[in-house]
Amino acid sequence: SLCKSVIYGIITYRRRGQLAALSIAAVVIIVGVPLWWRTTETYRAWLPVSQINELSNLQLQLSAEVEVVFARGTVTPEQQKKVPLTQIQDEEHTVDEDTALRYRYETKYRTATIMEEDALNQPTAAEADLSLHTLSESPCGSLVVYVIPESSSLLPEDMDVYVGQRRTALLRIGAQMRVGKTLDQLLAHLEPRIKQVLQVMSFSHTDISAALSDRVRLSPGNKESIADSMRTFKSSPGYEITFSLLNPDPKSHRLHWDIEGAVQTYIQPLLTKLASVANFSIDSQTLYYAMLGVNPRFDSSLSAYTLHSDSLAHVINPVEARLGSNAASSNPVLNFLLYVPDAHHSPLYIHDRKKQEVPSNAFHSPRWGGIMVYNVNGFYGPEAVFPVDVNINMAKVMGVFLAQLRLLLGVQSSTAPSGFLVAPCGSNGLADWELDRLMWSRSVENVATATTTITSLAQLLEQIGNIVINDNIAEQVSSAVTSLQLAVAELETGNLRFALQYSKEAILASERAFFDPSLLHLLYFPDDQKFAIYIPLFLPMCVPILLSLLKIVSDARQKRREKQAKKD
Amino acid sequence: FLGEQCCTMKILTLLSLLATHLSASSVNIEENAGQFFSSGHTNNWAVLVCTSRFWFNYRHVANTLSVYRSVKRLGIPDSHIVLMLADDMACNHRNPKPATVFSHKNMELNVYGDDVEVDYRGYEVTVENFLRVLTGRLPPSTPRSKRLLSDDRSNILIYLTGHGGNGFLKFQDSEEISNVELADAFEQMWQKRRYNELLFIIDTCQGASMYERFYSPNLMALASSQVGEDSLSHQPDLAIGVHLMDRYTFYLLEFLEDIHPSSKANMNDLFKVCPKSQCVSTPGHRTDLFLRDPGSALITDFFGSVRKVEITMETINLTEPIQQVDGSVSDGSSVVPPGVHR
Repeated sequence: SLCKSVIYGIITYRRRGQLAALSIAAVVIIVGVPLWWRTTETYRAWLPVSQINELSNLQLQLSAEVEVVFARGTVTPEQQKKVPLTQIQDEEHTVDEDTALRYRYETKYRTATIMEEDALNQPTAAEADLSLHTLSESPCGSLVVYVIPESSSLLPEDMDVYVGQRRTALLRIGAQMRVGKTLDQLLAHLEPRIKQVLQVMSFSHTDISAALSDRVRLSPGNKESIADSMRTFKSSPGYEITFSLLNPDPKSHRLHWDIEGAVQTYIQPLLTKLASVANFSIDSQTLYYAMLGVNPRFDSSLSAYTLHSDSLAHVINPVEARLGSNAASSNPVLNFLLYVPDAHHSPLYIHDRKKQEVPSNAFHSPRWGGIMVYNVNGFYGPEAVFPVDVNINMAKVMGVFLAQLRLLLGVQSSTAPSGFLVAPCGSNGLADWELDRLMWSRSVENVATATTTITSLAQLLEQIGNIVINDNIAEQVSSAVTSLQLAVAELETGNLRFALQYSKEAILASERAFFDPSLLHLLYFPDDQKFAIYIPLFLPMCVPILLSLLKIVSDARQKRREKQAKKD
Repeated sequence: FLGEQCCTMKILTLLSLLATHLSASSVNIEENAGQFFSSGHTNNWAVLVCTSRFWFNYRHVANTLSVYRSVKRLGIPDSHIVLMLADDMACNHRNPKPATVFSHKNMELNVYGDDVEVDYRGYEVTVENFLRVLTGRLPPSTPRSKRLLSDDRSNILIYLTGHGGNGFLKFQDSEEISNVELADAFEQMWQKRRYNELLFIIDTCQGASMYERFYSPNLMALASSQVGEDSLSHQPDLAIGVHLMDRYTFYLLEFLEDIHPSSKANMNDLFKVCPKSQCVSTPGHRTDLFLRDPGSALITDFFGSVRKVEITMETINLTEPIQQVDGSVSDGSSVVPPGVHR
């Protein structure tokens, strides 16, 4: 009790007040302010910003390997001494200030082996192509060009180049290259032709720059390239294909189509070959009483109904409402519709702009799918008993759908240059070099899209301050950056398959990061609203503390003045 | 002699007529082909949102349903429309005519119909869900019909209606979306190339404030009133007891009723809809971010869904016979093999 009275004596009432005010202020400043700061800041995990900024400047190098094989009769013995020979050529293109492309062509020249000479002695180009393929298989992304003498009968008169079903081409040497020229002149003569072959079978600048459209909105080139880029579906990890049979008149026609067998025989080989590019899921359905929505006109000269190409645009929408789709996936859907006209409007033909009949009787819509009109009135006579059983010729139908599928997936190449004879695609609907072309453009497209996604994500996160960045986002971004760097490296060395695989991984990771549901920005509050929230909380608490602090300061000043006065 | 001259004259006029006709038809073809390339879009989407609840906000639901009906009539399918209605007027207890929503007094036009597909209903219409639909940041379990699956060649129409103020739009009477958030959402859409061109229409009070902050390219915006003005409703129906539509959307609907899928009306006509004499408020529009000239943008570029079509010229000759799959024949429509669960 003596201690207590001493302590109380030391600390007078006013002093206690001053100490209380000081300690509250201390707690508020030292503990409160940091605590409030930490609890109201948004959690932003660390992102590899420097690597992302590096990626925003895209320098892509695409390497293609070409082997040029000289058959007997194309090189003189003295030219032959200098062969085998390897040349590397670089072609640089600057697309815009952030994107640059370099195409590297590694050309190896050699003479043909005895077995290859035998293969080239086949009667037709197709057979030569087949036997050359049995000798050796070129790896993905490379080409072999066989230079055959002018006297060879493999190619018709006006054609100089034959593009095979796999990765080989036959090039007929020109008449000018007779005896007496040096090897350099021969190679210089061949170079433009080989370059054309490369542009058809590997990649061309128009294809690659079209693939970069996500990064660079290019000013329109020629109309054909715009139509190509608008028509083909964008690169996606998966696609859904739906085959629908539309029967508007079940009372007259009972239709049978072996869709499972047809898909297995004709479509599945193509999709299996494209498995490295994307996953495909197929389903089919039959729709009854589904009309076209456009009235066809009766043409008495043909005694048939006609649909003009201008009215085709309005056919799709009424039908689309009834098509349905797989609710579970968000993959793009390709719809293929087989329409069998009703008995009163048969036969139905599609006419193009010039009022000519279309042989396939089918049309397609960019990034949507295709519709084919199949007339069945030829299968039964006027005295038939309705409903008539009709078996649909699936080979004819799938021939059209397969062609449309190739167009929509971007497999179909634009028209070949003059003098080129392109072999029809094989039984699996896809030539090897077409697959290579698709892989080149898809890899570039994936890399371009992934870099745009990652850089724009980083930019957005920087710009919008109140978005929470969780750890899993940072992980996805890092893995996307790593995959992108690997993809670019593999493209440089020419490993096409690995490049495509890494680019797909990069796209998946970047899309997952960009579209993560947690990245929704917090509600935006303008500054005056923020003040309006904080002031009623903090002001009543701060006012007494501020006043007491002011009082302490004024008391201390007064004391100092008194001390000064006493001294004086 | 005169007869011969007449004959040659007739032949000449006939030939010149023929020549002009041929050149005109070729110009037409060029025009049609040109239309393919001028707009640059291959598909259309629409996001139609009504943000108010309660019976007295009947007109906002009627607004949205009228635009929905027009857009469907002009060709956009349900799978490409995201319709968000914050309250159910058709089956509201106070509706004297259940299962109907009328847009014109004397109950002339029922905009609810038989095939309305509402994707977000009632309390699902929130600012968060709206922003998630726009930016695509939806949880993986969201079904396809609730997603905006647009790509870089999609033209999107966004229509908002409800109660708004200077810089904000009220959702469900409890939260708001500000014009800054909306502009940021559109910027995120642009960064991910989720649209080719976007038309934004808003029918609220002080609607022009909502498009003030836009900064992404290829956006065109229309609003029913300027900052400081109120958008007014059109006419009440005494039998139903509430105002049926807002003025701007009423006259917009009247304008759209004259548009058919092959119409060539352009955006400049749309800007003239509902002048001050009819609307009392002054409708506004913003086109500085739109890259094309508004006169060259057709109404059907946004409100309809005119598909581009190409004739299939090539076919593939398939010669192999069809393999049977496991010996069973199924066309996917009727035959169910025994023991298989569907």
